[in-house]
Amino acid sequence: MIKTDPLKRILYIDLTKKKFWVEERPDLFEKFLGGTGVAIALLQENCSSDTDPFSPENPIIFAVGPLNGLFPIASKTVAMFKSPHTGNLGESHAGGRSAIAIRMAGYGAIVIKGKSERPCYISIHGDKVFFRDATTLWGLEESAGRIIRTREPGAGLRTIMRIGPAGEKLVSFACVTLETYRHFGRLGLGTVFGSKNLKALLVSGKRDLSVTDFKEYKNLYSLLLRELSESEKMKKYHELGTPANVLPLSFSKGIPIKNLRTNELLGIENISGEVFAQKHLGRRVACCHCPVACIHLAALRKPYEDEPYFYRTVYLSYDYELIYALGSMLGITSSEDILKLIEVVEDMGLDAISTGVVLAWVTEAFEKGIISEKQTEGIIPEWGNLNAYVEIVRKIVYGESEFYKDIARGVDHASSKYGGKDFALTYGKNEMPGYHTGYGAHIGYLFGARHSHLDSAGYAIDKEAMTKHFTAEQIVEKILNEEQWRQILSSLVICFFGREIYTPEIVLKSLKLAGYELDESNLRKIAQDIYAEKYRFKIKSGFNFDSLNLPRRVFELPSSNGQINEDFARRCIEILKIKIRDLL
Amino acid sequence: MPVYVKDSEKCVGCLICIFACGRAHQAVGLESSCIKVRSQGGISRGFSVWVCRGCEDPPCARACPEDALLVRKNGGVLLNESKCTGCGYCIKACVLDAIGWNSLTNKPVICIQCGECAKNCPYKVMEFKRK
Ligand code: SF4
Ligand code: SF4
Ligand code: SF4
Repeated sequence: MIKTDPLKRILYIDLTKKKFWVEERPDLFEKFLGGTGVAIALLQENCSSDTDPFSPENPIIFAVGPLNGLFPIASKTVAMFKSPHTGNLGESHAGGRSAIAIRMAGYGAIVIKGKSERPCYISIHGDKVFFRDATTLWGLEESAGRIIRTREPGAGLRTIMRIGPAGEKLVSFACVTLETYRHFGRLGLGTVFGSKNLKALLVSGKRDLSVTDFKEYKNLYSLLLRELSESEKMKKYHELGTPANVLPLSFSKGIPIKNLRTNELLGIENISGEVFAQKHLGRRVACCHCPVACIHLAALRKPYEDEPYFYRTVYLSYDYELIYALGSMLGITSSEDILKLIEVVEDMGLDAISTGVVLAWVTEAFEKGIISEKQTEGIIPEWGNLNAYVEIVRKIVYGESEFYKDIARGVDHASSKYGGKDFALTYGKNEMPGYHTGYGAHIGYLFGARHSHLDSAGYAIDKEAMTKHFTAEQIVEKILNEEQWRQILSSLVICFFGREIYTPEIVLKSLKLAGYELDESNLRKIAQDIYAEKYRFKIKSGFNFDSLNLPRRVFELPSSNGQINEDFARRCIEILKIKIRDLL
Repeated sequence: MPVYVKDSEKCVGCLICIFACGRAHQAVGLESSCIKVRSQGGISRGFSVWVCRGCEDPPCARACPEDALLVRKNGGVLLNESKCTGCGYCIKACVLDAIGWNSLTNKPVICIQCGECAKNCPYKVMEFKRK
């Protein structure tokens, strides 16, 4: 690490005492690089095994890495906390302008502790930190961000992270929204904000950074920029974006439909990436310092019901995961309907994936008579019925009844109470991502440190497995290798969409320019250490290998790789357990 | 006019141009760049790009009380750092807001008419023409 690099500075904020201070920790950034590596180390330091996720003691940690601000597509921030949704490791990544803003403000990490007496928001302008009253903003949906944006100065670059009503009401899967269109989506960071009476966080800053060799730096930068803009490897993100996967995955039976009850959805072609682009794509947007611009905004034109010739156009970001969770999973085959559901989920500030899976579970539970109109307060959830889903989403946030409070804690909690475990699609209490592609995906969710498809991209392993035979050992090996390598990328912090460009060789070259003299074996070791550290935290917080199982439903419906065999899955699970235990 | 904004509607707000401008000023980051990209009141409304158009009779130079800004032959200005006192009058004079401010040196960041911003923009929002 370069001596003068401000990366080593950690900003601590105490919301209870309204105090802040900076600690320099070059040791952490030397050892764990930044991002996820430093965040897990800070979580270990600041969160004990018995910390209640809803208590003031639960820290919110944001961390960036040495490549943020230096190289393109190093555009992400890592958030860590104890998850109110799972009671275990909470980790979520987001871009927008956050990573560059934190780096430009002169920090490598921000740790927020305590609880404000009244609703407040924090405003960080370089070295200055302000605690601002947010009582007036409490309860507001998307307009809170707009109000903060116009009131705050912002020399240089700035990010605004905020929560919606879901976070304030402590729905366990509330998200944090950045710059209107990006999210710390999964595992309930918004809930932790809410539990601290923290409505928003603004960070702004402007500075220059150092590199070890400016000429080399410029060369590598140009090469990377060219690769990211022109390489075939990036094409999928440039054009239709991730929704390009809807059709291929529906052909291969990999996109989950109606809570994984069927492989067939009549009219799925109406919610393809192609249709979204043709009918709705209104604008493309990028995270700061990323040339790819994968963020696709749909323009949805809505008439006013009470006033003829009045329309409003709302812009909504969509991607594959949303089309899955708020579309195919619910049997919705109209792109307009999906956008309308996205709009409510955005307004409420919920994690879209968990919300979709909760709605799907509710629909099936209702069909099976496990719950009735008594619980739903007269709403009849049924596949494809947008209006019912919109109402339920609002009730998840605003509902007063026991049932709505229960489903506001997710599928795992609801199914433990009402029954319906067999079709509760959760992994480590986190709801299922959109790939029913085979062993790679499902075992990956189960063992991934954050139970996300992004941990090890199991669907990519499954894609390979469609044409090649893999043994259980090989699948496990691939999952472990991928997840460990991703610890490096998310410590730097590079967006996973750039992973094919940032090969180990490129990573080493760019790290050298940031003052890190490492070789590939050092990198692999750091990757392993970070991974093991996460697992140590998980186990300490109650993660139990012996109770790990895939949801029953997964075995009942053929995947892209055919029927999932229970014995084979068990074998993978057994091998993984041993391998991970060996690392600890 | 060396760099001109062809179509800011196409701008995705990646800020690659700002970093390119920083490198053109021999720096890594945002402090030493003069081009600006701003959202038009919310990202859904898109962005606008503010960049020096290399005036032939530059008001920034006229506003400078120290004669620190020299008018270039083909338009635009050159900064004579030793004369500049950091008063900031040039910034106020430029209606395009195309001058940056380095708060460490307390001096303006002046466009050097290099075209790096246009050349780096992945979406060809700007065009660079050498006169
Ligand atoms: S032409 Fe060069 S100096 Fe001027 S704004 Fe563009 S990059 Fe910056
Ligand atoms: S900085 Fe502004 S006033 Fe000066 S030459 Fe450029 S555009 Fe003209
Ligand atoms: S590089 Fe181009 S697309 Fe990106 S912010 Fe600048 S003008 Fe906009």
